[in-house]
Amino acid sequence: MISLRNLCKTFETSEGTIEVLKNINLDIQKGEIFGIIGLSGAGKSTLVRCINLLEKPTSGEVIFDGMRMGDLSPKELLKVRQSMSMVFQSFNLLQQRTALKNVCYPLEIAKVPKEEARKRAEELLELVGLSDKLNAYPSQLSGGQKQRVAIARALATEPKVLLCDEITSALDPNTTRSILELLQNINRTMGVTILIITHEMEVIEQICHRVAVINGGSIVETGEVREVFLRPRSETAKQLILPKGHEISHMTGKRCLRIVFDGNSAFEPIISNMTLECRAVVNILYANTKSIEGRAYGEMLLQLPDDDISIKRILAYLDEKGIFYKEEEINV
Amino acid sequence: MFDQGMLELLGKGILETLYMTVVSTALAYAFGLPLGVLLCITDKNGVYPIPFVNKLLGFIINFLRSVPFLILLVFILPLTRAIVGTTIGSTATIVPLVVAASPFVARMVESSLKEVDSGVIEAAQSMGSSTFQIIYKVLIPEAKPSLILGAAIAITTILGHSAMAGFVGGGGLGTIAVNYGYYRYQRDVMAVTVILLVIIVQIFQEIGMRIARRTDKRIR
Repeated sequence: MISLRNLCKTFETSEGTIEVLKNINLDIQKGEIFGIIGLSGAGKSTLVRCINLLEKPTSGEVIFDGMRMGDLSPKELLKVRQSMSMVFQSFNLLQQRTALKNVCYPLEIAKVPKEEARKRAEELLELVGLSDKLNAYPSQLSGGQKQRVAIARALATEPKVLLCDEITSALDPNTTRSILELLQNINRTMGVTILIITHEMEVIEQICHRVAVINGGSIVETGEVREVFLRPRSETAKQLILPKGHEISHMTGKRCLRIVFDGNSAFEPIISNMTLECRAVVNILYANTKSIEGRAYGEMLLQLPDDDISIKRILAYLDEKGIFYKEEEINV
Repeated sequence: MFDQGMLELLGKGILETLYMTVVSTALAYAFGLPLGVLLCITDKNGVYPIPFVNKLLGFIINFLRSVPFLILLVFILPLTRAIVGTTIGSTATIVPLVVAASPFVARMVESSLKEVDSGVIEAAQSMGSSTFQIIYKVLIPEAKPSLILGAAIAITTILGHSAMAGFVGGGGLGTIAVNYGYYRYQRDVMAVTVILLVIIVQIFQEIGMRIARRTDKRIR
């Protein structure tokens, strides 16, 4: 659906040239929810703006639905943008228009007859659960409601792709969850391909099928969300997925073990059995369970005892049980 | 304290002043609004950046704005004569008023339009809006309350300028104040014209603020 080929973007500033995107290659399949995660300043927002050419790439190609975006005439570009809508972190609703009129806006641009536009806008606002707020102005809506209006507006022209730029970053966790559920529904029922830019791992875990990790303007890792979550290879991915350093800063520096339980082993009391069998104590530094694509995964960070013999026993035990683990260097 | 004649004169003065002010403001907006839009969109961060046009326009506007009104009025007398056929009276005053107010209005419009959130403009662009659609569907409607407030300021400024034109026979309350209050030392006439001008300014300002508040959907 969307292919990026050797995409580069540099900005000229008074301080000199800044390379924001370096040689990005990416393929987003039709119908999938694709996540791009990175820390702030990694170039995520520029990347998404290069896709609909709000930012002109310095070099490289964007291919959308078989079309090279760079080859389009200005007029064709305006037309194509109607089939790749964008949703923003700050909602960006027209403040002087009601929710209904906001959803009508892209339809006005697409020259849809007024009556038809109004009907479609009403349907969409109902779809996002705001049928009672048709005539409310953005200032009368909560953050989550504003984002729902923005999503309805983005869907108005029946786009093939929804580009979401940090759309949950201004929302609280509960609202985030409900907005993500809405996106998931839209993806399932309407078949819209969704690209999500975020710095929150939770967003990726909850709805994405595949993920790309971006750092310093380069894609450092791409793969199925489950794969990247279980076995993060790049430093950035580890930073985003692993428990943050400051949460365990009061522990003394020792060897640590990261254990991941998949759906099957989640019921067995692994840690208790392990300490009994190996006669070695471990300190649980961090534990969490996550649901990825409907399956439960447990994650635990253990601080190992000092002596090597106990450690070997623990590792042997885990190997025997077929539990996935990895030794981590925890910098304290 | 005033005889019938003076009251009639004042009444005529009020009407002339209103006539000059309203017509000049309308014409100043006819020129200033498009100029303001042009200034806003051709800016290097605007929707349609043309830095050269922006700089040139900015220079011309700054030049016109830096000429004091009375000097401008005298300076363009030939132009006034060419357009209206005379240089005295309220209709003649409209010409310099429009010339002086248009650049001022352009700057007011520019600053109102620049208040529109760049994110909203970006969203409009992402939906495939053309530059023209962004101007009349996003920039102007979104800036409407601010534009109306600006218009209230513009109309009161033009009113003040129209009174200034009284010194060169511009008509309206300004002329009455100069001819009776200044040259004939009739301080009471002077005081009355000043009070009338103050009242008119207050009314325009208040109406502008009310309309602006009523049209603004951001605060409720």
